[in-house]
Amino acid sequence: MARTDVPVRTTTPPKPRLGLGADGTASPLGLIIKIGVLGVVAAIAVWAAFPLIATGNWIGLIILVAVSALIFYVYLSPRVIPAKYLIPGTLFLIVFQVLPVLFTLSTAFTNFGDGHRGSKDEAIAAVEGASVQQVPGSTVYTLTLATDGDPATGDIVFLLTDPATKAAFVGTADGLEPLANAQQSADGKVTSAGGYEVLDIGQISARSADIVEFSVPTAKGAIKNQGLSRAFEGTPQQAYNNDCDCITDRTTGQTWTANGDDGVFVDGQGQALAQGWKVNVGFRNFAEVVTNPVIRASFLKILLWNIGFALGVVLITFGLGLLVALVLNKPELRGQRLYRSLIILPYAMPAVAMMLVWRDMFNTDFGLINRLFGLHVNWFGSAPSSMFAILLVQLWLGYNYMFLVSTGALQAIPADLTEAAQVDGARPFHAFRTITFPLLLVALAPLLISSFAFNFNNFTAIYLVSEGAPFPPDNPQAGATDILITYTYRLAFGGAGAQYGFAAAISVFIFLIVATISVVSFRRTHALEEIN
Amino acid sequence: MAATDTIQAPVDDQPPSAVVRLGSARGGWFRQVGWRHIIGLLALAFSLFPILFVVSAALNPLGTLSSSDLVPSGASLENFRKLFADTSFPIWFLNSMIIGLLAAALSMFVSACAAFAFSRFRFKGRRAGLLGILLVQMFPQFLLIVALYIMFAYVSDLWPAVGFNTRTGLLLLYLGGALGTNTWLMKGFFDTIPKDLDESAKVDGATHAQVFFGLILPLVTPILAVTGLLGFISAVNEFLIASIFLTDDSAKTAAVGLYGLVSEERNNNFGVFAAGALVLAVPTVALFQFLQRYIVGGLTAGAVKG
Repeated sequence: MARTDVPVRTTTPPKPRLGLGADGTASPLGLIIKIGVLGVVAAIAVWAAFPLIATGNWIGLIILVAVSALIFYVYLSPRVIPAKYLIPGTLFLIVFQVLPVLFTLSTAFTNFGDGHRGSKDEAIAAVEGASVQQVPGSTVYTLTLATDGDPATGDIVFLLTDPATKAAFVGTADGLEPLANAQQSADGKVTSAGGYEVLDIGQISARSADIVEFSVPTAKGAIKNQGLSRAFEGTPQQAYNNDCDCITDRTTGQTWTANGDDGVFVDGQGQALAQGWKVNVGFRNFAEVVTNPVIRASFLKILLWNIGFALGVVLITFGLGLLVALVLNKPELRGQRLYRSLIILPYAMPAVAMMLVWRDMFNTDFGLINRLFGLHVNWFGSAPSSMFAILLVQLWLGYNYMFLVSTGALQAIPADLTEAAQVDGARPFHAFRTITFPLLLVALAPLLISSFAFNFNNFTAIYLVSEGAPFPPDNPQAGATDILITYTYRLAFGGAGAQYGFAAAISVFIFLIVATISVVSFRRTHALEEIN
Repeated sequence: MAATDTIQAPVDDQPPSAVVRLGSARGGWFRQVGWRHIIGLLALAFSLFPILFVVSAALNPLGTLSSSDLVPSGASLENFRKLFADTSFPIWFLNSMIIGLLAAALSMFVSACAAFAFSRFRFKGRRAGLLGILLVQMFPQFLLIVALYIMFAYVSDLWPAVGFNTRTGLLLLYLGGALGTNTWLMKGFFDTIPKDLDESAKVDGATHAQVFFGLILPLVTPILAVTGLLGFISAVNEFLIASIFLTDDSAKTAAVGLYGLVSEERNNNFGVFAAGALVLAVPTVALFQFLQRYIVGGLTAGAVKG
């Protein structure tokens, strides 16, 4: 008692600003876990650094070091508590979602795709390389592929034999030299040579990319291989000239002038060489959707069906799911649990496999549906029946999920509300319409909107069931059941070669449409109120 | 008495007790419960007939699409034998399970952490972060495939261990979507847990980590179960990215492998394909049964304001 009035002066040590226990990690278990995880982070960072150093990617290395330092700072500092919980997800989100989104956006403003993959220099090299022809009167050598040193990593060399004189040469990246100590077979082909490793077929295929790039420089051009056992001295038929910024054909004299706007070499008639390069085309990809008559005509029709499909799927799945949930939501009902677990079975089946099963059930010749009902309907042959089939498959795949969430939401609605309505003399349906249903909608609106957004881009639902069929004869690119995303897929990756730039532009369109619809509806349902 | 008889208006001769007879059993069972069974059975038939078809096709000894009916025409395990002996299905199945379980567990944990931060802390950029997650999630994932493919071509050169045809690479890619899919759902659920709980724990000297792992996580088991299940289902069923990233037969997941079985010869391989679909369904159905008591509450809790 007397002690209490003596002020006890304990000097608490100042809190550390940074360190393993600085953020109040008190328990030894917590400390051990933390040390372990940070150790793993450090190990992964070191492992990831080696290839970056080896390829001289200093920007990547700086980013790697910065990210690792950030992780260590966040987990050793006593402050920034929210960051400790957000960092793991955010890192994944940035690398695998945000970066690809930005990359897609930047691609949308280019002509990136087949024929426009690389830089201008790469395009010139490709044009020249593709036009290499044999120098008239030059030798066609017998070739043996070899390496200087290890077969997997050493420099490629050509061991060459002149078929007329049987003289052996070695061709390296520096030029052609006589080969002294070569073992040759009867036809002169070099079978071994001191200091060089002759490659077998497996090693050749492993190094095929290097072999394609390799050539032996000579006075008139270069010695290139032709297959695996012949090589000849050739010069490019078409060569780039810096003065006119054009490519000239040596024999015909035809010139193709570089066009920086389109990233192609064009001759006087407007004919372009197949090999171009990647350039920025501004808003051209976006304008294409509005100005290209083929795309414009299809775009609107497809957009309408796209919205109809997404809305339709949400409406029918929610409608049927809610109906069944209401019917079965009766405590006196026997076997409620059995009903529930069986009705949601389709939800547990692998969706990809089941879509393919449905597709085959609708098959005209062998399909179960035609055989059961004695029909001979070509389900994917007409637009209405194809749409019906797609919607039926989605109903089967989706209504049980809606049944589940409706059941959950129904159970969350206080029973005394509906009972009070009944006491006040409201008929059951009236009570449902004025009390239960609005409450349900408030609860389920975010899920319905997500479902709409998901189905708007439900690629597999179309691609695996109808593949967009049927196709009108006048425009085989745009099927009657295509949605934007499958249509884009066909335009971008279909028969006409990859057009990544254009595909990216369409995906930006899709994003804008979905984002607008979602944001507007979220605002209307006040789901965003919670943020503030 | 007689006088009153004459005064009384001639009404129907139903006894007055009929007015107050509530919940009588006469004809009531059908009105109350019976018709519900009829609708329930109809819904059940609609749900089950394609599954029944798959089962009978898997047991059908002929193994073709044209010979498969709703009722099995015979019972043989020939299709299952072919599935395990003649195709790489065991490896595909293993790949699917490893990727599915890891993706589900990790994305569940990652989004639970993020949901905890958004639900319990107020910090700069919180609103922007929540909105950003919503927006990024809407960008069609499939159309990122071009960007992802080009990115991964580069990654495969530098770090082959996480490049194309590796389970780890695909898993990391799936985790990219972890925040977007579940954070909102979980945050809604976390918000229903009173903050007084954390406060009182903190007064007792608990650190934020102890609050999260010891107090909050046990309370949100239903939503963890649901997000885990959804994550598992979507990883096992993911088709597009997997089909582009996994080209080696031994690296394929079951969804990609099974698609390959019926993409060309659809009529002849149908029985083997159906057998594969059934085997692939087993783990999901088992998880469903195992987590059933959480699912109904968990799916909606995020949307229902507590």
